[in-house]
Amino acid sequence: MSIKLIIRRLLFLVLVVWSASTITFFVPRISTKNPVRERFATLARQGGFSPEDLETIIASYNKQFGLDNPLGQQYIEYLLSIARLDLGVSLNLFPKTVIELIMDSLPWTIMLLLVTTILSFVIGNLLGAIAAWPRAPQWLRTFATPFVLFQGIPPVLMGVLLLFFIAFRLKLAPLGGAYSTGVIPDWTSPAFLWDVVHHQLLPALALILGSVGGWVLSMRGMGVTIQGEDYVNFAEHKGLGGQAIFRDYYLRNALLPQVTGLALALGTVITSAIVVEQMFGLPGLGRVLDAAIRSNDFFVIYGVVLFVTIAVATLMVFVEFLYPLLDPRVKYE
Amino acid sequence: MTTATLAQTQFAQPNRLTLLLRYLRRNKSLAVGLFILLGLIIFTATGMLTVDPDDAYPLSVKSKQPPSLEFPFGTDYFGRDLYAAMVVGLWQTALIGVIAGALGTLIGVVLGFISAYFGGWIDASIKSICQILTPIPAFLIQVIIASSLDKRDVTIFTMAFVVMLLAWMGPTLVVRSQVLTMKERQFVSVAKLSGLGDLGIIFGEIMPNLLPFIAAAFVDQVFKAVFASFYLAVLGLGPLREPLMGNIIWAAQGQSAFFNNWWWWPLEPAFAMVLILGSLALINMGLDELANPRVRRTE
Repeated sequence: MSIKLIIRRLLFLVLVVWSASTITFFVPRISTKNPVRERFATLARQGGFSPEDLETIIASYNKQFGLDNPLGQQYIEYLLSIARLDLGVSLNLFPKTVIELIMDSLPWTIMLLLVTTILSFVIGNLLGAIAAWPRAPQWLRTFATPFVLFQGIPPVLMGVLLLFFIAFRLKLAPLGGAYSTGVIPDWTSPAFLWDVVHHQLLPALALILGSVGGWVLSMRGMGVTIQGEDYVNFAEHKGLGGQAIFRDYYLRNALLPQVTGLALALGTVITSAIVVEQMFGLPGLGRVLDAAIRSNDFFVIYGVVLFVTIAVATLMVFVEFLYPLLDPRVKYE
Repeated sequence: MTTATLAQTQFAQPNRLTLLLRYLRRNKSLAVGLFILLGLIIFTATGMLTVDPDDAYPLSVKSKQPPSLEFPFGTDYFGRDLYAAMVVGLWQTALIGVIAGALGTLIGVVLGFISAYFGGWIDASIKSICQILTPIPAFLIQVIIASSLDKRDVTIFTMAFVVMLLAWMGPTLVVRSQVLTMKERQFVSVAKLSGLGDLGIIFGEIMPNLLPFIAAAFVDQVFKAVFASFYLAVLGLGPLREPLMGNIIWAAQGQSAFFNNWWWWPLEPAFAMVLILGSLALINMGLDELANPRVRRTE
């Protein structure tokens, strides 16, 4: 892989981040809504300070955070602060900064995403490959069908249904939260860890059930085309066993485009996870976003969105760099 | 006598309806999807005739009633009749989906045509805009736009508009690639040689061949629009007064409906949404097969 290509892809990444930040900068400013005014107006209604005080507070707030500067200057300062990963402060939980809020909740989201994405990728691709493999037993091949039917259902809906059937009716899982109420987090005690896992089971299941079907479908399509390839025929005529052909000739080649698919699906996967977290009240990015929306904490909303966008774009470019390692045929010139 | 002859002619030359039914028997996902969609349409249509749409809004009936004879779907904490809410909500969901899907597809078709047919720097710029926007999760940008709207401005139509703003890239790329392959085909060269103008070629030669793709792209966009507006509403960014499915689930979650034993409240909109999205996904898969016989599955 040449240096030139790496630089080109990194420039592309910068371009993506720049467009995303430009959108998050200008869209709120086009609108007639003033986040600071709206937030302090809510506070004024609750706390009861007088309208004159409200104006003073808003003016001093705008001055402190440079919100009364000319638009061009604000825009450049905004871009510079994003380059430093400074996403501003929370209006609601001042003096917490947005990046602190994100970092506090990020481990939860990453844990949920990693487990569910790896599991659904592995299960979905295996089932899809088997479904298209003519020598697999019939019962195994039809095993994939129900997952395909789930494919159009967003994970949040799966979450509501699971909450009803498994948590509400059968009482097999808790109705939400990160751990049982009243428990003091102690990451060294096995009982607490089990409690956390127990609370993560349903959201994880919702995410997995919602995404396995997509992998099954694309892998089955891939598998059908690869069966007709000459190298699979050749391997068969060499007298290789069914398992060896399946693993080394069929699965390995069919899997490559799926890795690209994984990179492309990242955006959907993360947004699903955020909405599912919100639904189950897990302490991840979803709850940060939910709390921000409920309390009109606009800087947190914009910060979370920008952070996730940058993360997704970076991961996509990163997967592209990994691709030649997985497929020796691909060489970036 | 007449019926007998009629039956005979039908046997000799099956009419379009029979042909359609025969096709649907082969294309099962299209058939099942259309069947569910028809069921939903009948539900909404009969519902519109039997309920008072005002009951779908808060403070119109007794609150927190479980499903009963009087309220077949129960009522929620805020005093919506959930049966009326389902009826009105289905109609509004369809409205958002069709408006956003149609506009997104239209913009996509126009841009895709311009891009592929005229080529050059126009093509390059449209393509690179699509490429730069693709890695940015559209839903997150929709969150920004929706949260920047004044609460009073959030209506069914602004929802459709927000969703539409980021829904044209897919159709643009699909139409672009199809037109690119099509404009090299012989029938287009023949039309060009016989002196047909640009517009004549676009509408007379290329467009008719593109229709299946455009139809598939349209259903895909409707699916995505319904999906996106549902996600926005579930996050509490929808028009909160309207009985959209996502709004109802958001409100139910906010009041801890399952903890309080009001199980029917979040469950019904969830089931309705499963049926809507499921039928659209199935129709989508079926149309894919119709538009692109090469992906016909080997079963």
